[in-house]
Amino acid sequence: MKRNPKDLDAAHGKMTRRALFLGGLQLAFAGGLAARMRYLQVDQADEFRLLAEENRINIRLLPPARGQIFDRNGLIIAQNSPSYRITVVPEDAGDVESVIAKLSNLVPLDPEDLERARTEMRRSPPFLPITLADQIGWEDISKVAVNAPALPGVTPEVGLTRVYPQLGDFAHVIGYVGPVSDYDLSKMEDPEPVLMIPRFQIGKVGFEAKREDVLRGKAGAKRVEVNATGRVMRELDRREGISGADMQLTIDAELQNYVQARLGRESAAAVVIDCEDGDIRAICSSPSFDPNLFVRGISVADYRMLTEDNYRPLSNKTVQGTYPPGSTFKMITALAALENGVVGPEETVWCPGHLKVAGRRFHCWKRAGHGHVDLNTSLKRSCDVYYYDVAIKTGIDRISEMANLFGLGIKHDLPMSAVAQGITPTKEWKSSSYGKDWLIGDTANASIGQGYMLASPLQLAVMSARIATGRSVTPRLLKSLDGVEQPSGAGEPLPVSENSLRMVRRGMYSVSNDRRGTAYRSRIVPKEMEMAGKTGTSQVRNITAAERAAGVIRNEDLPWERRDHALFVCFAPYDKPKFAVAVVVEHGGGGSKAAAPVARDVMLQALYNGTPPLEAYPKADRSRIKAQQERLERERVKRPLGSRSSRA
Amino acid sequence: MSYLEYHAKSTPTGLRKVLHLNWGLTLLLITVSSVGFLMLYSVAGGSFSPWVEPQVKRFALGLGVMFVVAMIPIWFWRNISVVAYLGSLALLVAVELFGTVGMGAQRWIDIGFMRLQPSEVTKIALVMLLAAYYDWLPAEKTSRPLWVLLPVALILIPTALVLKQPDLGTSILLMAAGGGVMFLAGVHWAYFVAVIAAGAGLVSAVFQSRGTDWQLLKDYQFRRIDTFLDPSQDPLGAGYHITQSKIALGSGGWSGRGFMQGTQSRLNFLPEKHTDFIFTTLAEEFGFIGGVTLLSIYMLIIVFCIASAIAAKDRFSSLVIMGIAITFFLFFAVNMSMVMGLAPVVGVPLPMVSYGGSAMLVLLGAFGIVQSAHIHRPRQASR
Repeated sequence: MKRNPKDLDAAHGKMTRRALFLGGLQLAFAGGLAARMRYLQVDQADEFRLLAEENRINIRLLPPARGQIFDRNGLIIAQNSPSYRITVVPEDAGDVESVIAKLSNLVPLDPEDLERARTEMRRSPPFLPITLADQIGWEDISKVAVNAPALPGVTPEVGLTRVYPQLGDFAHVIGYVGPVSDYDLSKMEDPEPVLMIPRFQIGKVGFEAKREDVLRGKAGAKRVEVNATGRVMRELDRREGISGADMQLTIDAELQNYVQARLGRESAAAVVIDCEDGDIRAICSSPSFDPNLFVRGISVADYRMLTEDNYRPLSNKTVQGTYPPGSTFKMITALAALENGVVGPEETVWCPGHLKVAGRRFHCWKRAGHGHVDLNTSLKRSCDVYYYDVAIKTGIDRISEMANLFGLGIKHDLPMSAVAQGITPTKEWKSSSYGKDWLIGDTANASIGQGYMLASPLQLAVMSARIATGRSVTPRLLKSLDGVEQPSGAGEPLPVSENSLRMVRRGMYSVSNDRRGTAYRSRIVPKEMEMAGKTGTSQVRNITAAERAAGVIRNEDLPWERRDHALFVCFAPYDKPKFAVAVVVEHGGGGSKAAAPVARDVMLQALYNGTPPLEAYPKADRSRIKAQQERLERERVKRPLGSRSSRA
Repeated sequence: MSYLEYHAKSTPTGLRKVLHLNWGLTLLLITVSSVGFLMLYSVAGGSFSPWVEPQVKRFALGLGVMFVVAMIPIWFWRNISVVAYLGSLALLVAVELFGTVGMGAQRWIDIGFMRLQPSEVTKIALVMLLAAYYDWLPAEKTSRPLWVLLPVALILIPTALVLKQPDLGTSILLMAAGGGVMFLAGVHWAYFVAVIAAGAGLVSAVFQSRGTDWQLLKDYQFRRIDTFLDPSQDPLGAGYHITQSKIALGSGGWSGRGFMQGTQSRLNFLPEKHTDFIFTTLAEEFGFIGGVTLLSIYMLIIVFCIASAIAAKDRFSSLVIMGIAITFFLFFAVNMSMVMGLAPVVGVPLPMVSYGGSAMLVLLGAFGIVQSAHIHRPRQASR
């Protein structure tokens, strides 16, 4: 093919021009790309750098170690123990179900836990560990570790969990912790992020809940690099959390343990308080429960057992329970009468077995009457008519005022749950609560601690301590917080004359040291340890005139829940009071029979700081006491610290 | 002037041809590929496997192919262009019948040692055929309608086959490269204006067709366009690619985070980090400076090609070199626009850098033709 060279040159020239034009276009486009690159990488670099960091860095909270709780001698009450759990990463496990099957041959797996784990597995990405079993024993964990090659994806992990080595002894004092629930979160206005950590434990009841603020500590954090699917690639840095503050209680764990054992299976409460500084040495409510059950989440069956028990093991009878104080209130009535000059110490009242007040008969517990009764005798033999008489002359308002002075009807500020205020009725109180006028008969009832009058065992112990010292001793439960000693409970002298107090103390002395005293059988023998006390038996039912005519039914013949409460308050040594004790045995019958012996044993245990010598007891009782001591020694459970019993 | 008019002795023969290779271009190609090896090493977390090793092997193979193609006189390539074109069409039909489905499209034929993507071969074969066509066609007939329609048909046949795979990116590349060769050959401006106008009309028609029975694009293609227009509307779904790509790119800053320090790519936030989105890794680790450097090397290759095309005195050589240059340019321009959020994600690799065999082999073969034209170009001195 022959072509015109001129045409070819022209065509080549045209192509060159167009090639240069296209090249120019391409260069311009490349320039545009460079400009775009500059815009993204230089102008907006900071913004994208930030987005990149957000992509890659996750902040994970590190749960702080909870503050530990000790008794006054440094014995541990609440501690953090390593808790072993078994986790599985589904992605690494491959066939998860077969791994679970193999695992359950090695260690017992709770079907409830497994069901929860399966649900979790369906929801979360396959590389996240799922907890299969929590709070596993060391032995089981070892089995899993040894068999690790046969269990792909399974890892034994260690965390911290709350353990109460004293089991039931402190259940009512310090309460327990448990995993944060949605309900807990809903109650908080602005929950701390640390609470969102799954299974993070917070105080639910008692001291653990009341001092959650200082016990919890501050969460730490670590920054981890994650990839696009959220898998942690490495840890970038970490800031350790601040552990919660350690706490020391005023309670003596040894004594607490004894008291709990002494109360046994009774539905009862006992409080031991230091007369001088108000330190609570023991505060027991019986029956108790194992708080460790609640730490992990109690099973339905266990919980039902606790709630359906007539003896209400979950209620803390020492501060939540309020009872008619019965005759233990008589010291207050006496003090009010003495202080107001209504009655002199030597003045007597005639007790024929009853007193007619506003047309109604008020009976003395002794139908035959006590005859001529002075103050000392009235306390010693617990004559009711004496108190009806002086109380009516004194008036209810003055009596209640005196009661408040001695810590009744006052809500003591203790870091425990639901501390009750009790009731010390006044005329105004009745009209505002019931819309009814105060009747003179109400005063008669109140004078012997019945009727509207209600007090908690703690209040009765405080009352005894105040009578013993004449000072407004306030109860103290927290001895030191994070090593800082807390203010003492030693109080100012009460505005009550020493004379009146001495009379009342003398009367209490007679109760347990005079042959005719209601608590003579529960006396303390050694002169330097002698105890002053007061029995109380408070009715939980009305005795009708018909019943009285037919003869009052004996307590033993009544159903348990209609029997009288037995009470006893005391302090010792009489000469130099050291401890005050209050014991309430619900529906225990008579105070002298059911409550006084317990209070005496507890008092001796506190005074001797351990098992008292048999010489402290009346001769006739020694062999019986010896048997009792041996039995209690066996029953007082000595448990190695950190042991677990909750899953047994 | 046609190559027949030159004295045979004016071109080098035998091993002397090696001395006349376009060594500058060769070096640039090696440099670009090395950048690729470096980035593949980085995205593998500092390892030669799984990507660097096969990539180096394929590059070595491709380099061999380039040299062999370069040694063969350029007129041989002109003569077999029709065969090459028909062969590539046959492959496209074959892939339709026996191809392997990957990424939602039929694209590969397994030929034992590698997977061949016929559409890659088609790009070069089309450029060769068009160059040969205009070499044959007398210049004065270039703009006559009938002689314009013929190359248009030659472009549209493979384009339609590729679009059916479906591979929108490659079909656009085919049309653009074909159109570029026609433009260089001297087809009248007016045709291009008309085609661009028609194209605009077609685009609007495509959007109109959405949701109707005669829908012209697949749903996923529409979604790609949607997310390109507004990546933020679905940041974890379809818009994820573009968003993450921009984050990686932007976080590189001026000088980057340093080799192997790119967190976005290493932590898998980047999709397709070793193939289509490899540029973001480079931009994250070497920053603006690294990105512009690579862009400059690419542009230098284009400049070398244009210079070579202008220097070549015969029409086939000039057109085939320019056509290959345009194809090469379209590769990296579309890929970079895509990762920078300027174009929808259409699945075009970064030439010589992205992991993948077909494209690299075919491109090196094409550069072999460029080299052949360079070696066998007419020389003034021998006249």
